[in-house]
Amino acid sequence: MTTRQLEITVGAFMAAGLVALFFLAMQVSNLASMTTSNGYEVTARFNNIGGLKVRSPVSMAGVRIGRVVGISYDQKSYEALVTMLIDPTYDKIPADSIAKIYTSGLLGEQYVGLDPGGSLENLKQGSDIQITQSALVLEEIIGQFLFSKAEENAKAADSAP
Amino acid sequence: MLEMLARFGRTGLGAFERLGRGHLLFLQILSGITSLLPRPGLLVAQIHSIGVRTVTIIVVSGLFVGMVLGLQGYYVLSQFAAEQSLGVMVAASLVRELGPVVTALLFAGRAGSALTAEIGLMKATEQLSGLEMMAVDPVHRILTPRFYAGFISMPILALLFSAMGVIGGYFVSVGLLGVDEGAFWSQMQNKIEWSGDVLNGIIKSLVFGVICTWIALFQGYDTVPTSAGVSSSTTRTVVHSALAVLVLDFVLTALMFGD
Repeated sequence: MTTRQLEITVGAFMAAGLVALFFLAMQVSNLASMTTSNGYEVTARFNNIGGLKVRSPVSMAGVRIGRVVGISYDQKSYEALVTMLIDPTYDKIPADSIAKIYTSGLLGEQYVGLDPGGSLENLKQGSDIQITQSALVLEEIIGQFLFSKAEENAKAADSAP
Repeated sequence: MLEMLARFGRTGLGAFERLGRGHLLFLQILSGITSLLPRPGLLVAQIHSIGVRTVTIIVVSGLFVGMVLGLQGYYVLSQFAAEQSLGVMVAASLVRELGPVVTALLFAGRAGSALTAEIGLMKATEQLSGLEMMAVDPVHRILTPRFYAGFISMPILALLFSAMGVIGGYFVSVGLLGVDEGAFWSQMQNKIEWSGDVLNGIIKSLVFGVICTWIALFQGYDTVPTSAGVSSSTTRTVVHSALAVLVLDFVLTALMFGD
């Protein structure tokens, strides 16, 4: 095999490696859809964020409009402070929108859903979403259900005699 | 009793001596880059014999490993009506684990054993001493190009393996089992992270490349210069490489993915 042929095969080998890397980056991993950190940040306070994580999606009417970029605990108000990065194309979100934490499917991951309010002002960099609704925690719901059942039974026992 | 103790001590000392020789050789190989850079032709020839000629086995096994993952994953996931996650399962297991590890095992069997046999025979037929007689450093001239060729080839091979595996998984799950194509790719893109998964896989394969090539070169260079010596060195290359890769894989996984 001549040196030239050798170099051609090695070149093809390395090019194949680059193609594989490109394929893994663009088609398999999230590099293509990874939004660079432009956009504007808004914050919201929740009593309980459940299983929300950094990088969880933020959606409006089911459309993904941003993602969660930071979660911290506010020691003064005893609430969770969630920072969201909203895509700059969505700049007409009313300032009094409601942020709720939903679960996709029965056992799926959790995400922040924004329900539009009626204000004429829009959310902008640094604004704080006032009205929030916490994640549904399964244990609390079961606890409430059992409690109400027990109350019903107690009432039934009181009115029986 | 004392004799047994002495034998035990001798084995231990011998093992440490080999370990020390191995590390010294490693440093010597690394420092050979200065004499390699003016002659890239040596590196190209070695990448050809180490990397290019391993591509066939890597591509074929990658394709079939991906296809098997698709089949097996489907049986479990379909019980939970979660076939859409098949893409995630195939891609995550390939990119994180199977790509680097299986590539390293195949590399040790295909290229590592050949390296050991080649260098061992060079030593047995006194070609290495011949080079030394001509005032050419055999480590820099023979071992260094092979080491860097293995270091460069391994990540490329692992990437090819992962990519072919994902394509194989795609054929089986979308073509054969009827998983929705859109869900297959979109779930995969949602869950597989570039820096967390793909880059860590590449780092793993770089580490394995260093380890496998180093073991192969050291076993060849340190062989007993007889036919039996070369044969047992070749065996040891494959065994030691496989063990080192599997143990290191556990350590690297614990470091990278255990949060």
